[in-house]
Amino acid sequence: MTNRTGKLIEGATGKWEVVIGLEVHAQVLSKAKLFSGAATAFGAAPNAQVSLVDAAMPGMLPVINEFCVEQAIRTGLGLNAKINLVSVFDRKNYFYPDLPAGYQISQYKQPIVGEGVVLVDMPNGDTIEVGIERLHLEQDAGKSSHDMHPSLSFVDLNRSGIALMEIVSRPDLRSGEEAAAYLKKLRTILRYLGTCDGNMDEGSMRADVNVSVRKPGAEYGTRCEIKNVNSMRFVQIAAEYEARRQIDLIEGGGKVEQETRLFDSRTGETRTMRSKEEAHDYRYFPDPDLLPLEFEQALVDRIKASLPELPDARKQRYVSQFGLSPYDAGVLVSDAETAAYYEEVAKGRDPKIAANWVTGDLFAMLNRLNLSITQSPVSAANLGALIDLIADNTISGRIAKDVFQIMVETRDAPGAIVEARGLRQVTDTSAIEAAIDAVIAANPDKVAEVAAKPKMAGWFVGQVMQKTGGKANPAVVNQLLAKKLNLPG
Amino acid sequence: MSDLATLTLAGARDALRRKKISSRELTTSFIKEVEGARGLNAFVTETPELALDMATRADARLSRGEAGILEGVPLGIKDLFCTKGVKTTAGSKILGNFVPTYESTVTRQMFDAGAVMLGKLNMDEFAMGSSNETSAWGPVISPWQRKGSNTPLVPGGSSGGSAAAVSARLCLGATGTDTGGSIRQPAAVAGITGIKPTYGRCSRWGIVAFASSLDQAGPMAHTVRDCAIMLQAMSGHDPKDSTSAPIAVPDFEAAIGKGVKGMRVGIPKEYRLDGMPAEIEALWAQGIAWMKDAGAEIVDVSLPHTKYALPAYYIVAPAEASSNLARYDGVRYGLRVNGDDVIDLYEKSRAAGFGREVQRRILIGTYVLSAGYYDAYYLRAQKIRTLIARDFEQAFEKCDMLLTPTSPSPAFGIGEKTDDPISMYLNDVFTVTVNLAGLPGISVPAGVNNEGLPLGLQLIGRAFDEATLFRAGQVIEDAAAFKARPDSWWK
Repeated sequence: MTNRTGKLIEGATGKWEVVIGLEVHAQVLSKAKLFSGAATAFGAAPNAQVSLVDAAMPGMLPVINEFCVEQAIRTGLGLNAKINLVSVFDRKNYFYPDLPAGYQISQYKQPIVGEGVVLVDMPNGDTIEVGIERLHLEQDAGKSSHDMHPSLSFVDLNRSGIALMEIVSRPDLRSGEEAAAYLKKLRTILRYLGTCDGNMDEGSMRADVNVSVRKPGAEYGTRCEIKNVNSMRFVQIAAEYEARRQIDLIEGGGKVEQETRLFDSRTGETRTMRSKEEAHDYRYFPDPDLLPLEFEQALVDRIKASLPELPDARKQRYVSQFGLSPYDAGVLVSDAETAAYYEEVAKGRDPKIAANWVTGDLFAMLNRLNLSITQSPVSAANLGALIDLIADNTISGRIAKDVFQIMVETRDAPGAIVEARGLRQVTDTSAIEAAIDAVIAANPDKVAEVAAKPKMAGWFVGQVMQKTGGKANPAVVNQLLAKKLNLPG
Repeated sequence: MSDLATLTLAGARDALRRKKISSRELTTSFIKEVEGARGLNAFVTETPELALDMATRADARLSRGEAGILEGVPLGIKDLFCTKGVKTTAGSKILGNFVPTYESTVTRQMFDAGAVMLGKLNMDEFAMGSSNETSAWGPVISPWQRKGSNTPLVPGGSSGGSAAAVSARLCLGATGTDTGGSIRQPAAVAGITGIKPTYGRCSRWGIVAFASSLDQAGPMAHTVRDCAIMLQAMSGHDPKDSTSAPIAVPDFEAAIGKGVKGMRVGIPKEYRLDGMPAEIEALWAQGIAWMKDAGAEIVDVSLPHTKYALPAYYIVAPAEASSNLARYDGVRYGLRVNGDDVIDLYEKSRAAGFGREVQRRILIGTYVLSAGYYDAYYLRAQKIRTLIARDFEQAFEKCDMLLTPTSPSPAFGIGEKTDDPISMYLNDVFTVTVNLAGLPGISVPAGVNNEGLPLGLQLIGRAFDEATLFRAGQVIEDAAAFKARPDSWWK
């Protein structure tokens, strides 16, 4: 890893380096749970999606959902990671009312996916390399609600048994911003792969953030783990708050204690959840109800062959094949829907012009209306048609901006808008000539000025465009003006 | 019916098919036997109406010539098997009122094969015990008594209700489960036959778990043939149990009668324990002589890691149990004792719901899995388990089966060993190795001691070779001509 010295934080005693690692829980995109056939849809009535296995009824046994295994392999491949052909499910034992069996089935010593790497582009143009330590499969717990009754707690087991991938990074992140960018990149990869929907507001993805601080070059400091942070922004805020807290603590003569902390999204602060002494002894041991998970390399190869083009490769292609800037390419590939939209617009057209429209007017409009690209009132086909109208001189670039605005409001196709509103560009030289002649005749003083100062021609262009309602072809206007005003061609 | 005293499951099956008797008649007779034997405390739940209903349907199928393997045969079911709509307690207060909404795979297969359920059988709490004294519903009294004594004896355990019900002829057969000897030891001390099949032969789905890597269901009945018939119906791959073996089930009954001529019977020297009672020693010698007489070759073999089996078992089984029993927390079903908060609720519910032996094993299991102790106990026990399995593999290169005593002692008196868990655990010394290695083992009654109490011999086979055990078990059964019956003192 490069020493990213620019990320250092100033403290009272000098500069500090923040060290961050993330444990991301990503819900496997699957119709059924990891060890039962119960459904996984979000938003069902409480306890409507609970099988006998999920409720840990006596004598019930888990049976692995092979699709979830394939999703984990797919994800591992997307993280450039080693796939372990033999892995083991263990029981993690603890008591809690939303954990019906009294243990969570997880993978402890032998995970399904080993070491990998994720490349993260930062806004300043740097690319950082984040090591993946492992990915393992495990069950989610249910959900406890303590605020629905004065003396009772309620438990919803719909989530109980849903498949999660825990993706553990190396402590390779050096700022809250990097942590958030890594999480965003991870989400992009998972969405490309179709292995997790990445909907953090529905709990499909959440992160435990491990933070420590040290003087540059020193050994790692004692870390604190901030549990269940559920947005990119909060990851950044939590990491930054925690780093500052630890620096202040150490510089004030204190010592960081290893502990689990909670992030309060209202105050942006972290606070103690449980100390090391209170940490659970999970009594991990291999789950005797399940055989070791074994599969052939052929399965891995088959899944590998079916992988889609991933964001890094796609970005590379946009740069080399389309000639886009790395920045624009990075923006366009940041989610699969945007990339698909862009490629539809660019197909058979100038890819750079397509990129300008998508990252420019389209993004600005979506931002303003707070819409995702899949909700865009302007379809990729219509945006493409608009670009075609400019290319074949049917409308000018300036008129195109107006047409785009009308497309946003009406969702109509650009061709229909141009026809209905008579916005077709005037290329008929006699009409343009007439307009030029009229302007010249009405403004003899300007004609005299332009003879001395050829740059004044712009004023004439403006006047002619105004007279033609903006529909005159600017190239034709320029050409005829030059001739009539005897300007240097 | 006068012939209940000698009727076997196979005999009843044949009589039912030949329409010499109806299942309703047979079932009615057994219901009366069950009602008359409540003093034994073998049944914890009697289901006479259900039994008659099942018998009526069995008769209808019999009359249509659609008889299944167990059509019309009245059986008892160990209370560890979840039975749909019928209370299933696992011998524990914590499941005192639990009525499953589902049927265990094994009982479903048996009922699909036409079996009639007379009720649920008493057992050690969560199958933890060797005497049926840990049941929350009181001990089972063995139908057997020492000659000239009316001291109540244990029926063995944990399938003590099953053993007592079969030997007292309250049913034609019963299901048992065997984690460390819980089918074979009670079968031996109650003078009946019982087989623990290979791990994976019968589905564990719907059987309340004790130690998942060791638990296996099996039949307990009067004869080797009866067990073969029952196991036929109980066996088979179940996609709902990941540890169930996708292996075809052979015709077990067809193996019976082929004899053991030319087969090699291994005698493991490590099973000759110091201080083993002379009657057990003599029985074993007798068994060896019978096999020799039947034309088998006797081979001395060694199972060098045998002495580590019992300690390894009493680490692995409690470890798994401590985790398996965590679900009984008073939150979703079963006994709940409310507390000040959820931790208090857990503690009070589990303190009130679990008996002393179960609590002891949960504590042992929790301890051996704890951080800092896992490697020294659990991991080492698993290594021993591997070595024990290898011992057997090497022995089976020299022989086709092993012959040993089933239990180091005959039935003992109720209360005699309850204060001494170690002495109680020693009852499993000849049987736990088989569970640790996942092999099949059968116990066949072979004689009585000088007090008139039954003793059993155990045959251990290769994985999924139950057929050889039925074949050889029949040889012992024939040679022993075991005719002893308990006096019907409870009637």
